[in-house]
Amino acid sequence: MNIVFQQRLHLVIQGAVQGVGFRPFIYRLAADLGLTGWVNNSAQGVVIDIEGVRSQLDTFLHRLNQEKPSRSHIQSLESSWFDPVGYSIFEIRKSVVGEKTAIVLPDIATCPECLQEIFDPTNRRYRYPFTNCTNCGPRFSILDALPYDRSNTTMQYFKVCRDCQIEYGNPGDRRFHAQPNACPQCGPHLQLWNPSGEIASHDNALKIAADAIRQGKIVAIKGLGGFHLMVDARNETAIQRLRQAKQRAAKPFALMYPSLELIKADCEVSELEEQLLRSPEAPIVLLKHSKTQTLNAKIAPSVAPHNPYLGIMLPYTPLHHLLMADVGFPIVATSGNLADEPICTDEQEAIQRLGTIADLFLIHNREIARPIDDSIVRVVMEQKVVLRRARGYAPLPISIHSKSKILSVGAHLKNTIAFSTNQQVFVSQHIGDLETVPAFEAFQQTIASFQQIYELQPTAIACDLHPDYRSTQFAHQLANQLQIPVIPVQHHYAHILSCMAEHQLEGSVLGIAWDGTGYGSDGTLWGGEFLHITDTTFRRVAHLRSFHLPGGDKAVKEPRRSAIGLLYELYGDQVFEMKALDSIQTFSDQELKILKTMLNKNLNAPITSSAGRLFDAIASILGLRQYIQFEGQAAMELEFAIEGFETDESYPFEIQSTRSPTSPKKSEILDWAAMVRRILIDSRSGLSISNISAKFHNTLVEMIVAIANRVGEERVVLTGGCFQNKYLTERAIQRLRAEGFRPYWHQKIPANDGGIALGQIMAALREISGGKERCV
Amino acid sequence: LAHGGGGKLMHQLIEQMFVPAFSNATLNVRQDAAAIALNGQNLAFTTDSYVVRPLFFPGGDIGSLAVNGTVNDLAMVGARPLYLSAGFILEEGLPMETLWRIVQSMQQAAQAANVQIVTGDTKVVDNGKGDGIFVNTAGIGIIEYPQIIAPQSVQPGDVVILNGDIGRHGIAIMAVREGLEFETTIESDSAPLADLVLQLLAAGIEIHCMRDLTRGGLASALNEIAEVAGMEIAIVETQIPVREDVQGACEILGFDPLYVANEGRFVAFIPTKDAEQALGIMRSHKIEKENSNLSDINPCIIGYVTEKSSGIVKMTSKIGVQRIVDMLSGEQLPRIC
Ligand SMILES: [Fe+3]
Ligand SMILES: [Mg+2]
Ligand SMILES: [Zn+2]
Ligand SMILES: [Zn+2]
Repeated sequence: MNIVFQQRLHLVIQGAVQGVGFRPFIYRLAADLGLTGWVNNSAQGVVIDIEGVRSQLDTFLHRLNQEKPSRSHIQSLESSWFDPVGYSIFEIRKSVVGEKTAIVLPDIATCPECLQEIFDPTNRRYRYPFTNCTNCGPRFSILDALPYDRSNTTMQYFKVCRDCQIEYGNPGDRRFHAQPNACPQCGPHLQLWNPSGEIASHDNALKIAADAIRQGKIVAIKGLGGFHLMVDARNETAIQRLRQAKQRAAKPFALMYPSLELIKADCEVSELEEQLLRSPEAPIVLLKHSKTQTLNAKIAPSVAPHNPYLGIMLPYTPLHHLLMADVGFPIVATSGNLADEPICTDEQEAIQRLGTIADLFLIHNREIARPIDDSIVRVVMEQKVVLRRARGYAPLPISIHSKSKILSVGAHLKNTIAFSTNQQVFVSQHIGDLETVPAFEAFQQTIASFQQIYELQPTAIACDLHPDYRSTQFAHQLANQLQIPVIPVQHHYAHILSCMAEHQLEGSVLGIAWDGTGYGSDGTLWGGEFLHITDTTFRRVAHLRSFHLPGGDKAVKEPRRSAIGLLYELYGDQVFEMKALDSIQTFSDQELKILKTMLNKNLNAPITSSAGRLFDAIASILGLRQYIQFEGQAAMELEFAIEGFETDESYPFEIQSTRSPTSPKKSEILDWAAMVRRILIDSRSGLSISNISAKFHNTLVEMIVAIANRVGEERVVLTGGCFQNKYLTERAIQRLRAEGFRPYWHQKIPANDGGIALGQIMAALREISGGKERCV
Repeated sequence: LAHGGGGKLMHQLIEQMFVPAFSNATLNVRQDAAAIALNGQNLAFTTDSYVVRPLFFPGGDIGSLAVNGTVNDLAMVGARPLYLSAGFILEEGLPMETLWRIVQSMQQAAQAANVQIVTGDTKVVDNGKGDGIFVNTAGIGIIEYPQIIAPQSVQPGDVVILNGDIGRHGIAIMAVREGLEFETTIESDSAPLADLVLQLLAAGIEIHCMRDLTRGGLASALNEIAEVAGMEIAIVETQIPVREDVQGACEILGFDPLYVANEGRFVAFIPTKDAEQALGIMRSHKIEKENSNLSDINPCIIGYVTEKSSGIVKMTSKIGVQRIVDMLSGEQLPRIC
């Protein structure tokens, strides 16, 4: 062998390269090409030191890129050439510890090979609910620390048996270096509990649980990222009982179906939707029920009242596959929690918190390191749009061009947190509403665990401008403790920056942030905003006309109050004479008098430019809904009311220019007065609600187009909770495109407040670098 | 300046402006009244200004409020109130008759609370520069018991006792001022608390901390104590008495009764062993007050102090969820006291 022609290549590969069978792949490739050296996992990613003939090394690099495992994603590859050291073999070396910048992989749904094994009576993993391999299985939900090795996961408490060890050590095996590898001999197992203790275990536990579901019982099942409450989706009585016990009046329940075929029997499923259902992320996909037939599976009406969509997922762990195969019909699979609390992850805690809800508990002895809910996606404009980003998607990072280490604490509802480090932003999984003690604890734990996993020391903390968000209060306390600055970020600015970050947009755009309410820079409630974003800052170039919300927070729960506030803006005290409206009728005369005083005297009636509250007001005026039972309900029902009605008609509106005394530049107010007057006329004359709702939506889109034309920025960013509305978003995109604009909307990161944490990071980076911060 | 609501902004103003500027050992205890050792005697000293509108309201007026408020601040550190000063800032044009009614009311309140108004001051400002009348009172009392009644004395396991229903004063004042018509006339709960507190102390109840619920209501008082004590306070929503008419008024107005002002309500932090006895004394104690519908006052245990050092207040809601009771910055009610 002529050493002269030999060279050594050193590679550091970053990205999603751990826990996807990357090292075994490298091992096989090296063996194939007759190269020697080693590969290991370090906290920075995968490190390869490999030597041999130069041409073979070039082929190695080429094939590495071409043939890498499908779940892996290379973010960066640093290569350097050295003299060879004379390795005689290629080996997988032990992981080393260092600065933590490697990417933690999300959990992956069961792969087809594993699935086949668990249903094969001759296989040693027949009916084993914890089967996995390098292509599938738990990752983030069992991870305690980096690098991703068994000893850093909750699988460390299970000693591998000989057979599993052989698989783990065999480069030719699908389970070569599969960290959570397990089998019935050595791995976790099931138990069935009733409130007084264990009543069955192993496969028996599963079978009894399936029977119980068949009999209409509520079973709490410990899954991958937490507990589900499961009940027969066809059993109206059982579902009502679940609603009662969970104190969840109307918010739709997610469903798990045994098979794609059964889903297709009940819903319209596009090719993309099918792909999403079957993807390794296996999210809940919002699917429209078939209009043509009644639901084959006879889904009970209270699963998703007044809702043309069902949230459906396929089984994504062997446990779920076995259970669904046993029952054979769709079941409700809703988060195991009480009201708005976060999902339970521990069996003792579940018995305490869910004891009054569930009849039985199907649990197992593999610990869940952190709670992760199911993700929710829908298809908008033929694209996947993530509405709740959790299992399968979190915590994959968003790339940026900064190495600053910043923590952001997100909003108050639908909270997520985020960390930036080393040209990446890690956005946490959906944590929930920070109203409850368990949610606040989960929030603190998520921050602590992100800090620990990535060994992060933030240099600043970004939070919302709203002083009363629990996250804001926490940010101030933590910053005080760490002696680092707090950077408060305006809510809608954060919404827009989060959408820009996921599309890697830099420079200036017109951002349209429409949501419920957020704290404005002027101390009033914003929510129908047009912000012109420049490199360093933003300017509020236009907003929806403001109106009063009598009762403040209470008005969010009662759309009729938004309606009264809106109409008061137009008609003054006369609104109280409009007795034909449900918005007025549902109040007593005495209550109306008090509301009148509140509006006359500006008593607990804050003003808002919120688009969400405008939706509420119209829903109330049309008699659709006066009280909501969950966030966004009235607006959703107004969207659903369109029911496929097709029209291009819209209502008139006006644009008024104002000049604030503090700013030389003018800003525009979108005045909905003419629209509201016409809606009242249409409604009185008996025009269908479908038609009115379509015209209302169209008008909002025309408002967007009108301001886009005035501002003249080619790129228009649509963000905020209102853009979860499919009709509004799709029509806005189409109309903006028709007028020559380039619209952007959320796909990876939620349009709702789940995206705020990312936006806060981006705003803080802009502030720190004085605008020089750029996306990749 | 939106700092008047007694919420977080006022709290921040005090913490960031006054405390650092005036910092001293007595002030830094941050109680309603300062405890001062003087010639071997332990004195309590406090001051408060009253800018309430309207001047007269069901269940009280600015005069009785000015006396009771200061008496209560002294009582909250366990002192026996003795002497009060009274300062008046009168706006030119205030009818003499109005002033006379106020003065008379102060005299009656002082008598009922067993204190003497021993010094005073009067200034007149031009028409338009005042709001009819502002009253300031300062008070001195004597602390006769050795225990230190302050947030720092709060212990895990202490029960939190509330001496009656909440939210009446704030709603009563607002109803009159804004001309709101509720089904019943809601009366302020304004009342002197010193006599009751002294009875508790005389009976040997080991009171760790007390706080009268004024601006910012129960929520703000508990949050302040939780923060200074560095403990978690857990309360139970169904245990907190709110009269139906007050609840109804809060519903329509969109207020949370936890944040509405009171003038005759306080919380006491007491070890479990003394709780039942304290409740007994509170129940049998008659608050001297005329023309009042206070017969239904029902003292009760609303929660307890837990081991956690998070400084938060949590509440088990009606549906069994553990909610965080935050310290809010905004004005749930405009300046009422
Ligand atoms: Fe928002
Ligand atoms: Mg005071
Ligand atoms: Zn697999
Ligand atoms: Zn095994």
